[in-house]
Amino acid sequence: MASISARRLRKELNEINVEGCPAGIKLLSADNFDTWLFSIEVLGESLYQGEVFKLMFRFDANYPISAPAVQFVVDETRGAPIHPHIYSNGHICASILGTEWSPVLSVSAVCVTLQSMLASCKVKERPVDNDRYVRTAPDNPKKTRFQYDGDTV
Amino acid sequence: MDMDDFGDDFKVPQRTVRKTYEIEYESLPQSAVERLVANDIDHISGIFGVEASAASLLLRYMNWNKERLIEKYMDNASAVTVAAGISPPSRASPSALGPDRSQGSSSGTRTSGFRRSARQTPAPPKAKPQPFVCPICFDDTQASFAALACDHTFCSGCWTAYITGKIREEGEHAIRCMAEGCALVAPDPFVRTALTDDPETWERFNELLVRHFVASNPNLKYCPYPSCTYTVSCPTAASKSALTTIVPIVTCGPDANPPHRFCFGCPIESDHRPVICSIAKMWLKKCRDDSETANWIKSNTKECSNCQSTIEKNGGCNHMTCKKCKHEFCWVCMGPWSEHGTAWYSCNRYDEKGGVDARDAQSKSRASLERYLHYYNRWANHEQSAKLSVELYAKTEKKMEEMQVTSNLTWIEVQFMKKAVDEVFKCRMTLKWTYAMAYYLEKGNEKELFEDNQRDLERAVEDLSELLESQIEPEIIPTLRQKVTDKTVYVSKRNEIMLEDTAKGFLEGRWQWNVPVEGFD
Repeated sequence: MASISARRLRKELNEINVEGCPAGIKLLSADNFDTWLFSIEVLGESLYQGEVFKLMFRFDANYPISAPAVQFVVDETRGAPIHPHIYSNGHICASILGTEWSPVLSVSAVCVTLQSMLASCKVKERPVDNDRYVRTAPDNPKKTRFQYDGDTV
Repeated sequence: MDMDDFGDDFKVPQRTVRKTYEIEYESLPQSAVERLVANDIDHISGIFGVEASAASLLLRYMNWNKERLIEKYMDNASAVTVAAGISPPSRASPSALGPDRSQGSSSGTRTSGFRRSARQTPAPPKAKPQPFVCPICFDDTQASFAALACDHTFCSGCWTAYITGKIREEGEHAIRCMAEGCALVAPDPFVRTALTDDPETWERFNELLVRHFVASNPNLKYCPYPSCTYTVSCPTAASKSALTTIVPIVTCGPDANPPHRFCFGCPIESDHRPVICSIAKMWLKKCRDDSETANWIKSNTKECSNCQSTIEKNGGCNHMTCKKCKHEFCWVCMGPWSEHGTAWYSCNRYDEKGGVDARDAQSKSRASLERYLHYYNRWANHEQSAKLSVELYAKTEKKMEEMQVTSNLTWIEVQFMKKAVDEVFKCRMTLKWTYAMAYYLEKGNEKELFEDNQRDLERAVEDLSELLESQIEPEIIPTLRQKVTDKTVYVSKRNEIMLEDTAKGFLEGRWQWNVPVEGFD
């Protein structure tokens, strides 16, 4: 019997294939049920006009009961968006990926939330503790206990 | 609070006269705390006319503060019910959940509604479009569904996995509905049903509830020893102001050996009598601070005025020659030695104002350092001796065996040695902390009396320690035994006096401090 996470991801993938991703989001790869990659850009007026980012989802067997590990991919070709809640290593401090995660949320719901988080940004800057965090950050952002301080940006 | 009244009723007939340095407390096993929790829930459920599960959520939401809960509930019952996650905002219309008590029970009916909805009953409480598929797992073979009062329906399997994860991984007792942004909290019967096949996690859930209750109640404190589940109730030490007059050292549970002794008033996990928490905390901080090292460097060294190397002058005259750069200078005025002409052994600029000031500052800092070191060395000495007690116990045990061989004493009769070691250990702990206290005591008669007591205890302890270290000759064993036994009694008495008098001093407000102390004016 397929595990809950596999069944659920197959269903989500199916939906993406049939209905397509939300505007500005493209599926780059979903070859297995461990890691999916998306490209994400903010459409319309924003501080990130013309910038395209790469988003990585990692799922464990407890998905969707537990949140996926989501981060921006930082490689030779692109970096993480400069945003007060996004660290330069691609880790994202967003409550819906932590304590506010709900099993009814989906991969595309997370994409849309992150997209609107970028769209509503008013100042392009790194989190204040960026250097300190990046120096000691775990590989998997889910291992970090973020303090969610304010949802204004 | 109930508990206090309850406690007083039973504590009136005291068995023995309590010593001033001991406090009244009660050690409670987890089951007793669970009873306290149940009492509070019953009380609230009775007053508000709601189900126990709703009362529990209300209490948890208000951190078990019954008075505030009652006040707020009477003020606006529906707002509190919504905030506590019992009913969804739209449902909590005044008609359904008014402050009127008879109507208040309507929320209770609903509570029982979602208990039934889970698991055992295959049919969901509301008619769902058939066939209903759980929006989390999309498993269309699932037949049993459940929802909280918000009607967000999911399959029982997902509920169980979710609730288990929240309890096991996040240590959460307020488990919110799985729907995004829904603030409803799963009541206990709902959790219990979801965990029917997992009694361990249900147990853990109850433990989390008890922990939350204990953490919210200033009269209670969990035993800090690993894996100990006892709680200590000590209402006398619950307020901050009480901690300026008493040292609430408590012991949990009767069975542990060595006993789990800890301070109810602060996080120091050892007996810091006779010193009150704030002084003990201040002293430990001072000992930890690197500033004392800096203080030492300041008092004992100067920098070469040419190459800035740090130099410690450990003797000799004021004519300094830097080992590194060979610069010759005067230790007193720091000027080049060549300017001192023929006055080789005294600095003729000694009395100049700048020089005098610098000297004053340095000697002041040195005096304060010496004072600190005086107390610190004695403190550290007793700490060290106590740490070596493990060795001393082993040595003593060997001696006890030796004694049995060389004399005709029985095992019971040589126990006096072990008793003496126990007493020495205990007294060294007292002595250790008296040095922390003396460091902060304002000069005067009271301090002198304190130090007299301290000196008497210390002398007695050192005498007894020496006796314990002495060689055992078969012919002196009877005298040794008599001496050790006598000394042990004396030492124990001196320790009692030290603790008793210091504790009394705190109650009488007799002690004056040479620094501002938390809680004192």
